[in-house]
Amino acid sequence: MPVITYRDALNQALREEMQRDDRVFLMGEEVAVYQGAYKVSKGLLQEFGEMRVVDTPITELGFAGVGVGAAMVGLRPVIEFMTWNFALLALDQVVNAAAKMLYMSGGQYNIPMVFRGPNGAALQLSAQHSQAWESWLAHIPGLKVVTPGTPYDAKGLLKSAIRDDNPVIVLEGEMLYNTKGEVPDDEEVIIPIGKAELKREGSHASIITHGKMILVALQAADQLAKEGINVDVVDLRTVRPMDVDAITSTVRKTNRAVVLEEGWEIAGIGAQVVDFVQRECFDDLDAPVVRVHQADVPMPYAKNLERAAKPDVAKTIAAVKKVMYIE
Amino acid sequence: MATKVVMEALSPTMEEGRLVKWLKNEGDQVKNGETLAEVETDKAIMELVARGEGVLRKRLLPENEAAPVGQLIAVIAPPDENIDALISGAGGASAAPSAAPPPPADVVAKANETAGASPVPRTGAQAQGETSTPPQEKVTSTPPATPASRPAAAAPAPSGNGGRTRSSPLARRMASERGLDLQAVQGSGPGGRIIKRDIEAAVAAAPSAQQAAPVPGSLFPVPEGPDFRDAPLTQIRKTIARRLSESIGPIPTFYLTAEFDMERVAEMRTAMAAMGDEYKVSFNDIVLKAVATALSQHPEVNAHWLGDKIRYFNRVHIGMAVAIEDGLITPVIFDADRKRMSEISREARELAKRARERKLKPEEYTGSTFSVSNLGMFGIDQFTAIINPPEVGILAVGALEEKPVVVDGQLTQRKRMRVTMSCDHRVVDGALGARFLQTLRRLIENPLMLVY
Repeated sequence: MPVITYRDALNQALREEMQRDDRVFLMGEEVAVYQGAYKVSKGLLQEFGEMRVVDTPITELGFAGVGVGAAMVGLRPVIEFMTWNFALLALDQVVNAAAKMLYMSGGQYNIPMVFRGPNGAALQLSAQHSQAWESWLAHIPGLKVVTPGTPYDAKGLLKSAIRDDNPVIVLEGEMLYNTKGEVPDDEEVIIPIGKAELKREGSHASIITHGKMILVALQAADQLAKEGINVDVVDLRTVRPMDVDAITSTVRKTNRAVVLEEGWEIAGIGAQVVDFVQRECFDDLDAPVVRVHQADVPMPYAKNLERAAKPDVAKTIAAVKKVMYIE
Repeated sequence: MATKVVMEALSPTMEEGRLVKWLKNEGDQVKNGETLAEVETDKAIMELVARGEGVLRKRLLPENEAAPVGQLIAVIAPPDENIDALISGAGGASAAPSAAPPPPADVVAKANETAGASPVPRTGAQAQGETSTPPQEKVTSTPPATPASRPAAAAPAPSGNGGRTRSSPLARRMASERGLDLQAVQGSGPGGRIIKRDIEAAVAAAPSAQQAAPVPGSLFPVPEGPDFRDAPLTQIRKTIARRLSESIGPIPTFYLTAEFDMERVAEMRTAMAAMGDEYKVSFNDIVLKAVATALSQHPEVNAHWLGDKIRYFNRVHIGMAVAIEDGLITPVIFDADRKRMSEISREARELAKRARERKLKPEEYTGSTFSVSNLGMFGIDQFTAIINPPEVGILAVGALEEKPVVVDGQLTQRKRMRVTMSCDHRVVDGALGARFLQTLRRLIENPLMLVY
């Protein structure tokens, strides 16, 4: 099976869906001539032309709104934000227009569109450009939010997002674009939205996570295995709607859970996971659920402080040991 | 017009209620439906509301005291009305009309709510709190709030969560599924929290029913059905347990001593020995057999105190105290009531030998439902043995000795033996213990009944 980068997996997904359905088009800053700030749209301008791969000015609210309008009249736009930090400017279109149009039009206009781009921290991009927004977006009824952590998931989830008849947020990651993984080229890769995946099977504790933190969780699991501790690693894949069955089945099996996420603690995705756990698995818990997340501060620029603020393998291992009552 | 405030049946099964706290003082104006006091029923803490208007003229029940349903506990009346006759008519439970007002619908609904809001661990926690706090501390911390017409022999309030047993939800579920008493489990988590591994360890340490079940060559097969029956604690049982524990320590023990005539046992034993070595049994073997038989006839004594309930066993497993070099241990003769004398004799000898060699397996010295301790061989006439919790009784057996005794008006010399039974009063009342000893006497003084 071919091993490709996360970036190329997204590129394949876009190309395949644009080939499959000529209503699909890509719009955003630097997506066409420059081939994408992270080269996700490499070759697409050449293949599909400037009507379907559209460069925009630096106007996030504007081109997000153009996308919503296009979706209302039957096209299937994919809007790329150079990063989700910039997408804050477009949130009115995302939250007030895209997410609510079907509801407020009495079912007359569904919005089959995708908002995508890198989310969360990379390296030393400082406080304004290192933010993980999934809990903000997952908060909104009317949106679906997917968080692929591997090339395979990136391809399968982006294709599902493009085919979905509702607005879907795809959260990628600068640090993920160069990561590699197996993606088959002889079959269509489609991953259903709303389904988690058990990325690794264990019995002693569960790490429930999503997005970029999958990589952290799997590394932690490898190290724990050397100490004889085997953990379930559950990749939520979609944070809205969340796969509650996957959460409950792992917690019922291991009785101990660690919830790992990239963003801040308060009202984070992990808080919602913990709520499902306490509601559905109260009598299965042998320890309080422990969360691992970014420190409750704006992301520091200084390398050492940034490292200290981010959730990492060591913090995840410590959390697993805590729920297992290992000092 | 005066309104009598009586202890109401605030739960369908309530027989008496303990007044936790008065919320109105004497002299306070009260309206119909206003909450007067908090009352602990057998299920929850409930609100007792006024059924009339006026001034709360007299409170007749001190805080922390219990009163049976129907008893007059306060009087509401206009400030100037003479209520002396009402108060003087208030006796104990007997003076109260037996027809207590039924709990109004809203009270019942509230009761369900309250009970629902404080699930299972509450009772356990309370029991633990009560046994772990020194009595003096409690008495001083909860003085009777009101000078009352009745002497304030205050039953202290349940202490807070100082002695609370912490446990994970999973541990609680596992314990209840396995019929394990959480109070008896040592927690290894933070703050002593009982977690999964503690339950697993406790289950592993307990002898499984299967291990003890089939006794090859046994006369009587183990019957179908469960090995025990759990009885929820009645209000009176709870009160007895609480009060007596405060008096004498965690296990309120009392002692019953009886002297048995051993002539016939001695004759039987001599006759058996004359038939050959394989028929030799010790006095202790005969006592064990008799105790087992008596227990099977008095299952109320064959029980465990579990804090929030009493477990009555349908099988008889006798712990036999054996002195070893640096202490003692009580190996168990399982299903002793179903075993022949010869089996008991052989097993007792074997267990004692292996106990002294320290070769007993854990499942051989756990799981007893009643114990017997014999110091007769040391020439002890009589003694009191310490109950091995959660068992509720132990029989201390003294030496067999020749004594002058009056039989049929004639002074004569007989072989006699004294036994003393220590009883956990939370479960075994005096009369019950006495009836058990009566049965034991009948069996030992007529040992042929043991082979019937």
